[in-house]
Amino acid sequence: MKPFPPGEYPVLVVGSGPGGLQASYCLRRLGVDHAVLSADDGPGGMFQRFPLFERLISWTHAGADAERGTREYELHDQNSLVADDPALGALVPGQLADGHRRPSRDEMVAAMRSFAERAPIPVRYECRWESTKQEDSAYVLATSDGEYRCRAAVFAIGMTQPWIPPIPGLELEQHYVNVDCAPDRYRGRRVVIVGKRNSAFEIGEAISRQGLRELTLVSPRSPDLGRLARSPLRPWYLTTYDEHVRGAPGRFVLNASVDRVEHREGGFVVHALDPTRSEPLLLEADDVIAATGFSTPLQDLPELGVATVREGRLPALSAFWESVTVPGLFFAGNVSDAAPGLRKHGVASLSTMVGGFRYNARVLARHLAETLFGMSSERPRIERDCISAFLLHELNHSPELAFQKGYLARVLRASDDEGAILDEGILPLEVFVDGSADGVAITLEFDAEETIRPVVYVRHDGVLHEELLAPHPLRRYDGQPYLEDVEKLLRPLLR
Amino acid sequence: MAAPEAVERLAQLALFADLRWPELEAVAHTFDEEVFAQGQRVLRQGITGGSFYVIVEGDAAVVIDGQERARLGRGDFFGEISVLLGGVPIADVRAETLLRCLVLPGPELEGFLLEHPPVMLRMLQAVARRLRDASRWS
Ligand SMILES: Cc1cc2nc3c(=O)[nH]c(=O)nc-3n(C[C@H](O)[C@H](O)[C@H](O)COP(=O)(O)OP(=O)(O)OC[C@H]3O[C@@H](n4cnc5c(N)ncnc54)[C@H](O)[C@@H]3O)c2cc1C
Repeated sequence: MKPFPPGEYPVLVVGSGPGGLQASYCLRRLGVDHAVLSADDGPGGMFQRFPLFERLISWTHAGADAERGTREYELHDQNSLVADDPALGALVPGQLADGHRRPSRDEMVAAMRSFAERAPIPVRYECRWESTKQEDSAYVLATSDGEYRCRAAVFAIGMTQPWIPPIPGLELEQHYVNVDCAPDRYRGRRVVIVGKRNSAFEIGEAISRQGLRELTLVSPRSPDLGRLARSPLRPWYLTTYDEHVRGAPGRFVLNASVDRVEHREGGFVVHALDPTRSEPLLLEADDVIAATGFSTPLQDLPELGVATVREGRLPALSAFWESVTVPGLFFAGNVSDAAPGLRKHGVASLSTMVGGFRYNARVLARHLAETLFGMSSERPRIERDCISAFLLHELNHSPELAFQKGYLARVLRASDDEGAILDEGILPLEVFVDGSADGVAITLEFDAEETIRPVVYVRHDGVLHEELLAPHPLRRYDGQPYLEDVEKLLRPLLR
Repeated sequence: MAAPEAVERLAQLALFADLRWPELEAVAHTFDEEVFAQGQRVLRQGITGGSFYVIVEGDAAVVIDGQERARLGRGDFFGEISVLLGGVPIADVRAETLLRCLVLPGPELEGFLLEHPPVMLRMLQAVARRLRDASRWS
């Protein structure tokens, strides 16, 4: 029997990818009643189809010297969902084939299936959300199985709807999601890939091995490898780029904007405009692939008033992943990336990836429990003489800080009565910085040179002070100098 | 990749008025876009690592030590002072309406301006105008 028949639920979660599973797990742990719906027929989300050819780009160091299921181990494994129960955490390393440090999509899906079974995370599968309306203070989601009413909805609907820029002649059937994965499909052919992000390089890398005649990647911006920390690109897929840089025949990575794609007898001519040349470049190709990105399948949410960014591809979100224009509509998983945070020095969070958004889900669940359902979770009191050591411990051991650099922070608040210091747990840095409560927040961040540094934010008498601590070559932020620095910064707060 | 509407919208901003396609398209690719709710902070006084913003839609207030000093609207830009001089922002900028901005990470601004001298000139003119009108600011 299918769980969650149509009806009324306090919260509705849509999606059964890692984002939906993680959100549901966290809500359930806090006792927030909710239903989960998914158009899929089983858990795993987009990893059931993507990446098309290659292993993932995120790491799982299975042999790491830490106990599986602990916070410490999470630092070594960006791909497992996280759980309070150690037996549920770290399920990806158990699936990983020997000799690999990045899972295949099948291994990833197997781990998620196991998580969903063991937790368990009941999901109403093959139930598609189709449209949305607002009634009084509730939302009604019409689905293929009937209507669901809820106070708040959490959309973990991913970002894999194909997006194609309106380039004449470039068509949806040429998009990444529709690429034919047959092993010989591109042998002996000339292929132009429009795009220069991970999906473009992933395909380039894979089809190069099929014995291509020519491969050209083209898009206006050059891949900025000088600033790798700020770029979503991972070197795993970049062989084609390396070959281009070194002048391998028939391997080109061009910075030009594609003006149009002309269909010719048995092939294509891609007209590319390179701003440094007066004449267009004409690229002859047997196949054109549009690795031009993805969008969120928002259905009718924009009509409901949900503001979007990047030409409608993502909803505009607040620090707690709520639509900035329609309260009560929240987003989890990959889409949580639409809450950019401070983006200091242009550095993005890791919210597009499991290793980042799994922590957003925890923060979101607590936020929903507290703001919508009046539940309150404990804010343990930290003894004054333990505060610096506590903060340093977080810097060295917190996977939230390590993966969500400059985005999630450990926050301590100075309570009004008798000056006690309370542990607020993990919160978006933006929430502390733009708030007004006295206290301290600690993060790990990239500085302008992309060096990882601990950063301390102290607010005292309403005045916020930011201090970057020294980097450490082995990223060990303990020992006397760090302790002294932190103690000095905390002094006004603890006086 | 950018849609023609996005490029069109860029062309209408004074800062980019002298650029031609495909330069405009390259600009559309270089900048990201962010939307802020009313009351949300965009730039933060005293905090390192700020970006450069150009307002596409909506209004913002320049706030120093809690005091509103100026209003910004469509086509205005902010964040360049701390980025170019290497300090921290000397003001908060707060969204007064739903605010849509183009955003360029601080470390990319200098290179961007050197690559697009017409934009640099437009920016210089705007900054000069601000200086001339400084009495209204202080
Ligand atoms: C090519 C590619 C490669 C990637 N590689 C990595 C990687 O190596 N590592 C990594 O961490 N991340 C990677 N990502 C990012 C990846 O998308 C996320 O990590 C993750 O899969 C997103 O999880 P999610 O739950 O947010 O969305 P998805 O996994 O996309 O799941 C979305 C869910 O929502 C459901 N849904 C959508 N619309 C509806 C509807 N209308 N009604 C009902 N259900 C609906 C879907 O059925 C699905 O269950 C990659 C992304 C792409 C595109």
